Amino acid sequence: MNCFYRAFNELDLDLQKTAFIGGIGCSSRIPLYINSDAMHTTHGRALAFATGLRLARPDLRIVVFTGDGDLGAIGGNHFINGCRRNVDMTVICINNNIYGMTGGQASITTPHDFLSTTTPQGNKEYPFDLAEIAVAAGANYVARWTTRHVHELTKSMKTALQKKGFRMVEVVSQCPTNFGRRNKMADPTQMLDWFKESSVRRDKARAEEIDHVDLNLAGQITIGEFCNRDRACFEDLIGVGKHGE
Amino acid sequence: MSGKVKEYFVQGNDACVEAALVAGLKFFAGYPITPSTEIAEGLAARLPKAGGVFLQMEDEIACISAVIGASWGGVKSMTATSGPGFSLMQEAIGYAAMSETPVVIVNVMRGGPSTGQPTRASQGDVMQTKYGSHGDYQVIAFAPASVQEMFDLTVQTFNYAEKYRVPAFVLSDAEIGHMRGLLRVPGNVKIVNRKERGVVRDDEAYTVSDDVVRPFPVFGRGHKTMITGMTHYREKPRIEPEDTKVHSDLVHRLNEKVTNNRKDINKWEVVNEGAKTMIVSYGSSSLGPMEIASKEPNVGLLRLKSVWPFPEEPVQDVAGKCERILVCEMNMGQLYWAIKRAALEAGCRKIEFMSKLGGDPPTPAEVRARLKEMGAI
Repeated sequence: MNCFYRAFNELDLDLQKTAFIGGIGCSSRIPLYINSDAMHTTHGRALAFATGLRLARPDLRIVVFTGDGDLGAIGGNHFINGCRRNVDMTVICINNNIYGMTGGQASITTPHDFLSTTTPQGNKEYPFDLAEIAVAAGANYVARWTTRHVHELTKSMKTALQKKGFRMVEVVSQCPTNFGRRNKMADPTQMLDWFKESSVRRDKARAEEIDHVDLNLAGQITIGEFCNRDRACFEDLIGVGKHGE
Repeated sequence: MSGKVKEYFVQGNDACVEAALVAGLKFFAGYPITPSTEIAEGLAARLPKAGGVFLQMEDEIACISAVIGASWGGVKSMTATSGPGFSLMQEAIGYAAMSETPVVIVNVMRGGPSTGQPTRASQGDVMQTKYGSHGDYQVIAFAPASVQEMFDLTVQTFNYAEKYRVPAFVLSDAEIGHMRGLLRVPGNVKIVNRKERGVVRDDEAYTVSDDVVRPFPVFGRGHKTMITGMTHYREKPRIEPEDTKVHSDLVHRLNEKVTNNRKDINKWEVVNEGAKTMIVSYGSSSLGPMEIASKEPNVGLLRLKSVWPFPEEPVQDVAGKCERILVCEMNMGQLYWAIKRAALEAGCRKIEFMSKLGGDPPTPAEVRARLKEMGAI
């Protein structure tokens, strides 16, 4: 949140002309804490609400705060189609690898063999790589950092806020209460250390020809800018705002 | 606006498109589904030319969510679907009720449950319209019985959605949606727009006090609006999920703003008033009864043009003056039980039910046979 505020402030953006949208979950509550127009929507649907608002009001800047469960599980369909449609919005996905608000159930990004209240013998499913999905689905800008990478994260948020089309910044974040505690990292600083030790730059991972999915499986975190392209955004292509002329 | 009437020969779904454009629709999101698709196709061709946005989303949940998002941008927004898509929309319909978002949902009903009969008519979604999402809420729903009514009542649906800040429904069906007939579009249709916060004007459309229906704070105008589906205190950024009184007051107000204004909302038509036998019906199941009531002086018809909020007053009024009632629906008795309860309270002792399933509306011959069985004719 601090990184976002700093990025937002350094760019001198107008809060009155920005709408913040969240779904349901720990991260999706952030819009409620910002002194601007905010929509706290239903679980997983934030991107769809945001799409409607943006197309109805192209003068508004849209920022969506979401999490791993909200974006990748229940909202997975809206996520991939949102990337594909490329409507102008900045999506900040705070991925804590767990359903924290409901008490620590496994999510779609819980690493393989990690413990949660619904995987007491270890998670036997394989995690989603949200950033890679966004790249494949067609987002204009995708980056992933952890909460340990404050400067890089702020820089990526600034880049994202200045671009057009669908931009996603994934923030791998700690949930010491419901994730760390059950996985031998109860102290928040332990998790930050883990982030530091297990982070691998995407370009390096690519250079060493390591499959990024395997990286994820090994409990390693691929970080960096995943893509930065300039496909024309949907509202420009359909001429929103010029209709009826 | 000129008072010139334009005439068209079109299907019900086209009349709905015409009405939406006249009502001032500016945002539509849809997903292809029979038998409502013509509405999406019509708007895809015409809405951008009218200065609006047409969007095809990835599923019906996304459609209704986008429509709610657009409504908070301050524009009139709508979606159209049928049974399976309507089921998917229920989650966000509850959100629209809780967040008091004016949206219009057209449901061209088909036979269910599940995939059922995509190309045939039914009235199987009447209860779902009112009770489909979790929790207690009220909606407004109109049931057209002709191409002309598909136009007239779609405009009304927009007007009441805007006036009361509720999700409002056009409950059509495959029969009315695909029926072709004469459509007359007057040049001076009465249109209601939501009262926006910060905009002061004397408008006779808003006779409801602001305590019940609050002015709408459009996004991007500096109101710092916080919209949530959680229990909240007015529209200030305060969510109060643990406060029992805030929740109770909120849910009471959301319901009462509709039920207390039933007389303003409900529309109906009575044929052969005072007849000993009255048929109560709506939508395409009232077509057969209409034919009978026009020929049999002893048989009357209460045709409901709106089904939610439940039209308590017209049903009680008719039931208090007749000996027997025949409720006619294309389902297994969805409005029947509410009508029976109201009629019993009004003193009518004999209330029977005629159900027609399978996709065809009840024919005049079938209605006549049933009335003979009852000893009514």
